[in-house]
Amino acid sequence: MIVAIASGKGGTGKTTVAVNLALTIGRDVHLLDCDVEAPNAHLFLGTRPHARIEIGIPVPEIDHERCTLCAECSRVCQYNAIAVLGNRAVVFPELCHGCGACTLLCPERAISESPRSIGVIEESAARDVRLIQGRLNVGEALVPPLIRQVRARARGASTVLVDAPPGTSCSMIAAVRGADVVVLVTEPTPFGLNDLRLAVETVRALGLTCGVVINRSDVGDDRVHAYCAAEGLEILAEIPDDRRIAEAYSRGLPMIEALPETRPLFADLANRIGVSGVRARVTGDVRASA
Amino acid sequence: MKVVVTATGATVDSAVDPRFGRAAAFILVDTESGEIQVQDNHAGVAATQGAGIQAAETVSRLGADCLVTGHCGPKAYRSLHAAGVAVYTGASGTVADAVEQLRSGSLDRSDGPDVGGHW
Repeated sequence: MIVAIASGKGGTGKTTVAVNLALTIGRDVHLLDCDVEAPNAHLFLGTRPHARIEIGIPVPEIDHERCTLCAECSRVCQYNAIAVLGNRAVVFPELCHGCGACTLLCPERAISESPRSIGVIEESAARDVRLIQGRLNVGEALVPPLIRQVRARARGASTVLVDAPPGTSCSMIAAVRGADVVVLVTEPTPFGLNDLRLAVETVRALGLTCGVVINRSDVGDDRVHAYCAAEGLEILAEIPDDRRIAEAYSRGLPMIEALPETRPLFADLANRIGVSGVRARVTGDVRASA
Repeated sequence: MKVVVTATGATVDSAVDPRFGRAAAFILVDTESGEIQVQDNHAGVAATQGAGIQAAETVSRLGADCLVTGHCGPKAYRSLHAAGVAVYTGASGTVADAVEQLRSGSLDRSDGPDVGGHW
């Protein structure tokens, strides 16, 4: 099954949830770091990539001998990446999304394609988790094609966890599309609630099932709870506001390893979202010991 | 000479739109015949990206010799240059005023973009 971990607001704990969930599931799991503008799951898994693949998108090249300046390419391009200017068709590769429409529809077959690098995919493994992460080139603006490539590389694992980029834009949508369930991580603050609302609306528009994880659940107010109740959203887990969790994070340590008493929280989360065969290896209540 | 002026409306009495790619309209003025042609730019206003490029294509298609506008960014300038359209920035007042500013030589011809992208 594919589980996407997303949020409207940044910094709510998506990567924390994704990494700890992956380690809790423990076997036959792929973790995809789709926050390709700032991938950081590897910091908590302590992995170094053993494979690096260059990812490019196909951009058009024009055979000016064949081109009749009919401008069909420019008409079909939704991104204004190709234009007929005076007596020449000009390509702006940095605007091209690589959809291939111009190549397909050029009546003179004057367009061929060549790849333009937008980033890399790095693969690594830690414990029994395979980490696949995208890393966008510095200065590159085109995010979704790289995310789609990261998604496409997860094959064969029983559980695929997708750590999505924050927000509700094209890049988040590229990361969560097709997931069996979306875990929306939020915090009980006005900003957290506002952005949770946007994320829920986005996920529902995509026809996906979602539930909520409330991080730092004992700060702020109860409006996130009220919103979830009113919208019929299941609260899948609540992570308490505990200084020791923040300290472990700041050292790059996974929560369940630094604080084993938090393991049942993630085991319970895994069970609630339907990942089978996960058992808590250490019993106890994080709240009781916090 | 055929001049395109970026405009906020559809007449020569409309104010010059200081933006190029996302200008409301382009008004083509033939300074010899006095003929006027208005070209709506809703595609540019609504464009997610590359508004300046598609605007340059429109100006090129209108057969303009030069463009008079407020500001011109890098991709727009590159496109207009490729299309052989001379660029004059810093115009103000109405479209009619801008044409007069061009005629009287009070506008300088640009040799590059005068602003960055997405100014």
